[in-house]
Amino acid sequence: MQCYLGVDVGSVSTNLVILDEVGHVVESVYVRTQGQPIVAVQEGLQQLEAGLNQAVDIIGVGTTGSARHLSGVIVGADIVKNEITAHAVAASQEVPGVQVVLEIGGQDSKIILLDNGVVVDFAMNTVCAAGTGSFLDHQSARLGIPIEDFGKHALKAEDGAMIAGRCSVFAESDMIHKQQVGYGLEDIVFGLCQALVRNYLNNLAKGKDIKTPIAFQGGVASNSGMKRAFEEALKEEIHVPEHHAVMGAIGAAILAKEEMLLDPRPTAFRGFGTAKLDYRTTSFACGGCENNCEVIKILVDDKVLARWGGRCGKWEVDHIRRQNLQPVGANCSTCEE
Amino acid sequence: MLTFPQMGNLERLLGDILERLEVEYMPPPKTTAKTLALGTKHAPEFSCLPLKINIGNFIEALDAGADTLLMAGGKGPCRFGYYAEIEDRILKDAGYDFEMVTVEPPSMGFTRFVGPIKRVSGKSTRQIWKILRASFPKCRGFDFLEKKALETRCFELNIGDTTKALKKAMDILSEAKKPEEIKEAIDAGLNVIDSVSCDKDRLVLKVGFVGEFYILLEPFVNFDVEEWLGNRGVMVDRSVYITDWIGPSAKNPVAGTSDDELAEIAKPYLGHSVGGEGLPSIAHTMLYAREGFDGVIHMFPFTCMPDTIAKAILGKVGKDLDIPILHFTIDEQTGKAGVATRLEAFLDLLAGRRRALVN
Repeated sequence: MQCYLGVDVGSVSTNLVILDEVGHVVESVYVRTQGQPIVAVQEGLQQLEAGLNQAVDIIGVGTTGSARHLSGVIVGADIVKNEITAHAVAASQEVPGVQVVLEIGGQDSKIILLDNGVVVDFAMNTVCAAGTGSFLDHQSARLGIPIEDFGKHALKAEDGAMIAGRCSVFAESDMIHKQQVGYGLEDIVFGLCQALVRNYLNNLAKGKDIKTPIAFQGGVASNSGMKRAFEEALKEEIHVPEHHAVMGAIGAAILAKEEMLLDPRPTAFRGFGTAKLDYRTTSFACGGCENNCEVIKILVDDKVLARWGGRCGKWEVDHIRRQNLQPVGANCSTCEE
Repeated sequence: MLTFPQMGNLERLLGDILERLEVEYMPPPKTTAKTLALGTKHAPEFSCLPLKINIGNFIEALDAGADTLLMAGGKGPCRFGYYAEIEDRILKDAGYDFEMVTVEPPSMGFTRFVGPIKRVSGKSTRQIWKILRASFPKCRGFDFLEKKALETRCFELNIGDTTKALKKAMDILSEAKKPEEIKEAIDAGLNVIDSVSCDKDRLVLKVGFVGEFYILLEPFVNFDVEEWLGNRGVMVDRSVYITDWIGPSAKNPVAGTSDDELAEIAKPYLGHSVGGEGLPSIAHTMLYAREGFDGVIHMFPFTCMPDTIAKAILGKVGKDLDIPILHFTIDEQTGKAGVATRLEAFLDLLAGRRRALVN
């Protein structure tokens, strides 16, 4: 079976997805990145291969996420795309007609507005920890409940306790006060969800028209308390797609498919065997000018695969891609008549 | 030994003027992460990034032997007009011994403009006037070369050729002194950039670049966004040039729209100046929308009052005129990844809109 591979390496999780030619998910895995993107990608590839119950032929690979360039080199990507575009593309496929994508990951969050499948506006938050999954992760640890059960508790609450969401430090002290005066666990847990939603909407959605359908994706979308908090705040139905946790990877795979249709060629995929190769990264200071940039080298068997990090680009091995303005399908071999 | 802050090509412009004035000078070392670290150590945390980098530049120059600091003044509401004074105090408190020379804009009184120049150069008002008039066409020339490079880079066949040609063109102009030499050097420089091999038929996205003066002009703080975009085949039009800013006419011949025209254009959204580039950011965005640009990138320093006002208003401008605007608030961060992610997504957005228009 001919398939496409999508890889999304974020700061918290690394997700890999195999899509068949019509875009159905054949297999997906979710691995913790734990600060080691290369190891995480290799681990993910191994799990992916092990989970397959039929032979697949990978004919296109896309990578996305904050480590998209690094993972692109490791797996041999045909296209490397930013996570905003990847999430938008995946949402368009999984939630037909979607107009707003709410995405909350471990270390960042984004909002994407679409019109007829075209991204028309987006915003991304990486500065405020109170607007991301890490905030819930941290507080659930404080409360001693596993993050997986967070939503279950939140759904039992009648009303959330009012907790300040402007800043995670204030939220934490507020939460402790509410505990000390006797609020129930459920109310506090749901109050935290509401605080995160308030922070998100204030930070990212300000001044934007929230039209339906609305998709909610990213790791945090697994939390049913968050879905409830969004629904109550926006007074609209929120769709959580089946594969919400791996939407970035799905988007990368779809983009790989589009890329290969637009510009047919053999894939650059290095194969599942990549999982066993010994990748090393080293860095050195350039010294070519006053900037003295730190340049990163990625090696396999002492052969340099890629270099980057300098301001001027003289060390860069991978080439820059120009923005392609050709209408979709212009060079597409399948629609030649 | 006189020095001045680094900002884009300011070194080439001021260098020419100071040579003609026969003032001994040394430019500070180019701005690097070390400059920024020195600046953030000494500057108030809430001040805007330009102040921090100025201080870093001055410290590096003082350590290298400078003893006179040349700084521009100005009058509100932007805090910049106050920076020479603040920098003087911060650096003296830090134990440096030097003289601060603040050149105020002529609009604050001609003597406050020419007086400090007379003091450092020992030249008469008449001589200074003659020198400024002789040097100004050359300064303009640098701006026109930069503009030409912005129009060319997106079409180049080999990435990097335009940047090399621009440097060569600027080096040619730097050598010119006499009026006829300057004219010839500008033509020669434009020719150098023109001869970069290009594919002019390529479809390109057109992006306007608006925001605060210093951030727009200094590649170190704006993540080299003009080159980054140009390398990806995107045409950039910058709304701010050094000689438009310092030129007394307020006609802005390089960018092409006078201050009066900008005020008139912005009127439906903002009826008066808010200092800095607040009003021009709005007016230029409106112009870009009218001229059919694909999008606008708006950059300004964190805590910058004028452009923070502009950002709030631009939300409505973008909606009304249907032009996407990407805002960047610039502070001490040096990580390029977050900026690159947003820029890449923005280009995808613009390309998607363009395709939707074509289909």
